[in-house]
Amino acid sequence: MTEVAVVAFAQAPNVRRTHGTTNGVEMLVPIFDEVYTRTGLSKTDIGFWCSGSSDYLAGRAFSFISAVDAIGAFPPIHESHVEMDAAWALYEAWLKIRMGEVDTALVYGFGKSSAGELRRVLSLQLDPYTVAPLWPDSVSIAALQARLGLESGRWTEQDLAEVAARNRRDAAGNPRAQFGGETDVAALLESTPIADPLRRHDIAPVTDGAAVIVLAAADRARDLADRPAVISGIDHRIDTPSLGARDLTTSPSTRLAGDAVGTDGVEVAELHAPFTHQELIVRHELGLGDAVRINPSGGTLTGNPMFSAGLARIGEAAQRILDGDATRTLGHATSGPALQQNLVTVLERG
Amino acid sequence: MSAPLDIGFDYTRSVGPVLGRFMTALAQRRILGARGSDGRVHVPPVEYDPDTAEPTGELVDVAAEGTVVSWSWVTDPLPGQPVQRPFAWALVRLDGADTAMLHALDTGGDPTSVHTGQRVRVRWADEPVGHIRDIAYFVPVADPPTDPAPTAPAPPAADTGADDNTVDTVVTPVHLNYTHSASLEESRYLRALADGRLLGQRCPACRKIYIPPRGACPTCGVPTTDEAELPDTGIVTTFCIVNVPFLGQRIAPPYVGAYILLDGADIPFLHLVLGCEASEVRMGMRVRAAWKPREEWSTSLENIAHFEPTGEADAPYASYADHL
Repeated sequence: MTEVAVVAFAQAPNVRRTHGTTNGVEMLVPIFDEVYTRTGLSKTDIGFWCSGSSDYLAGRAFSFISAVDAIGAFPPIHESHVEMDAAWALYEAWLKIRMGEVDTALVYGFGKSSAGELRRVLSLQLDPYTVAPLWPDSVSIAALQARLGLESGRWTEQDLAEVAARNRRDAAGNPRAQFGGETDVAALLESTPIADPLRRHDIAPVTDGAAVIVLAAADRARDLADRPAVISGIDHRIDTPSLGARDLTTSPSTRLAGDAVGTDGVEVAELHAPFTHQELIVRHELGLGDAVRINPSGGTLTGNPMFSAGLARIGEAAQRILDGDATRTLGHATSGPALQQNLVTVLERG
Repeated sequence: MSAPLDIGFDYTRSVGPVLGRFMTALAQRRILGARGSDGRVHVPPVEYDPDTAEPTGELVDVAAEGTVVSWSWVTDPLPGQPVQRPFAWALVRLDGADTAMLHALDTGGDPTSVHTGQRVRVRWADEPVGHIRDIAYFVPVADPPTDPAPTAPAPPAADTGADDNTVDTVVTPVHLNYTHSASLEESRYLRALADGRLLGQRCPACRKIYIPPRGACPTCGVPTTDEAELPDTGIVTTFCIVNVPFLGQRIAPPYVGAYILLDGADIPFLHLVLGCEASEVRMGMRVRAAWKPREEWSTSLENIAHFEPTGEADAPYASYADHL
C-alpha cells in the first residue's frame, strides 16, 4: 500500500484569547497560505480535506461548516470532519491516501476555547447518564488522576514541577508558544494548589489556536518537500469511559498504540499531555527512555489549542524531520478525560 | 463586537434496561451495581463489561457507604456542580462494589477534612426522582458537617413507565455561557445596520459581493477586503410558505420565508416577505425592505421587519439563475 508522508506543517500563534470568530477562519487563512507557499500547492491541488473541531467550543451547531470558507470550497471539494482533535482527522486522511483514493490531503484543526468556560464545557464529554449531570470539570478529573499517582509513589510533586519547568524552558525557543522561559522548580512548588493536588504549572493554559498539516503519497511527497516525514506507523486505541473502572495511573490504550507502531529508536517525541503527570504516564507507556528528547516545542503545557493540539504534536514531530534535525520521531495525541483515548504516530526520514 | 451567548436545553435521555433499573433504585434510595463477566461489580452499572465487552449480568445492591479512592479539591464550584460551597470530587468505592464512582464529597467547606481511605456515606436528595443527582453528595461517616450543603437546582422528575414505577428516561438540563464574537467584517456590517445601511464586502479575486460579509470568500478562500454598500431593494430567488406552527413563532402562518438577493449582491440571505398574500409570492419578484421605526434600530438585520413587493416587473430567471 501507498506510503504517506507529512510534507508541511503550520500553526497559528497559541494565544489566551483571539478577537476572531469561533469558526476559525481568521486563524486558518494565514496558516493555509503558509503551507501552500512551502509546498507550492494551491487549493485545487488538494485531493481531500479533513478537519477536527467541536461545536461545544463555539456553542453553535455545525460551526465547522463556516470554517470551510477558509478553503474556498468551490467547485465543491472532497471534505470530512471529526468532532475530535484533528489528529484523528489526520488518521482519516492517512487512510484515504493509503487506499489510493487521493494523493494529497490537507488536515486542519481549530478551536476558540476562550469563547466559553473550557473546563466546564469539557464535562459534557463524560458519560451523559451518571457523570456529566454532575458537571465534573476537566481539571478536577485530572487532579483525581494526579493524586492517585502521588499517593501510590508513581510520581512526586517535584517530578511534576520538573516536567512543567522543562516544557516552559523549551517553549522559550518556540515563537508560537503561549508563554515560556526559565522557572525555578522550588518556586513552582511553593505556589498554592488551585485544584488540589494540581498547581497552576501542572495545568495547560486555555488557548485559542489552529494547526494544519499537508499529507502526500510518498512518491508525490518528494516533489513537495526536501525531506518528507514518512508515517511509518499510526494507531489509536481507547480505554473504558468508566473513570472508576480503570487504573488512572496507567494508560493501556497508549501502550497498545505504541506497541502497534513500534517506538524503538525514536529520537524526539512530542506528547499531548495537558497535565504534567499525564506526560509521565504517556512517556512510561511508550517506553521512551532518558535519551529521547521530549517536547522540544514546549508541548501542550505551554499552549493547548483544543482540537488542534494533538495535530500540532504530530506536526512538531514531523517538523524535526522536515528540518533535517532528526530521522525518527514520534507524535502523540490524546482525547477525552484522563487520557481516555490515544493516538500514536511514528515518522521517519523518507 | 461581541455579546453573551447563553444556550440551554433539557436533554431527555432514555435509559434502557440496565441504567433504568439503576435510576429506579436511586429513586428508592438504593444503589445497584452490575456484575461483569469477571465477577467485578461495577458502580455506576455498565451495560457491557469494559474488559470483555460481554453484557453485564445481574444487578446487585451495594451499600450507600464506601471508601475514598482519590479526591481533588474545588475552591469555587461551577454552576451545576452538586455542592455549591468548596467541596471535594471523590472517587468512592462503595462497599460491595469493585469500581469507584465519581461524586461530590461535602466536608462543610474544609479541605483538611478529606483524605484517601476516608469512610463516606451518601446524603440523599430530599425528593429522589430517579437521577444520579438523587445522591445529593457524600459526607464523611465520622464528623459529617452539621449543616446541609447548598446544592445546585435539582433535575426535573424523570418519566416512569406506564404500568410501574420503572424509570424510562432521565432529564438533564444543560446551560452553557459563551461570549460570541462577530468578525471585524461582521462588526462593520452590524454597525452599518444600526445606521440603516446595508454593507457587504467584495472578493478581491472573483469580485463577488457578499452580504453579510464572510471574512473569506467561500469560493476563492481569500480574505474579502473591499466594502460595498448595497440598496435595500432586490428580488426573491426562492421561497417557502410556512404553514406549520412551531415554538417561538412570531407570525401566524401561512407566511413566506424567502431568499432575498439584494441588487448588486451575489449571495442571498433569508428574510420574510409580507405585504401580499403568501400565494402571490413568486421567484424573481421585486421587493424592498420594510424598515422598523428608526428608534427601534439596533445592530441587527431585524431592523428590517420584512421585505414587501415593489410592484415592478419580475426579474427574468436568467438574471438570478446562478444564485439559486
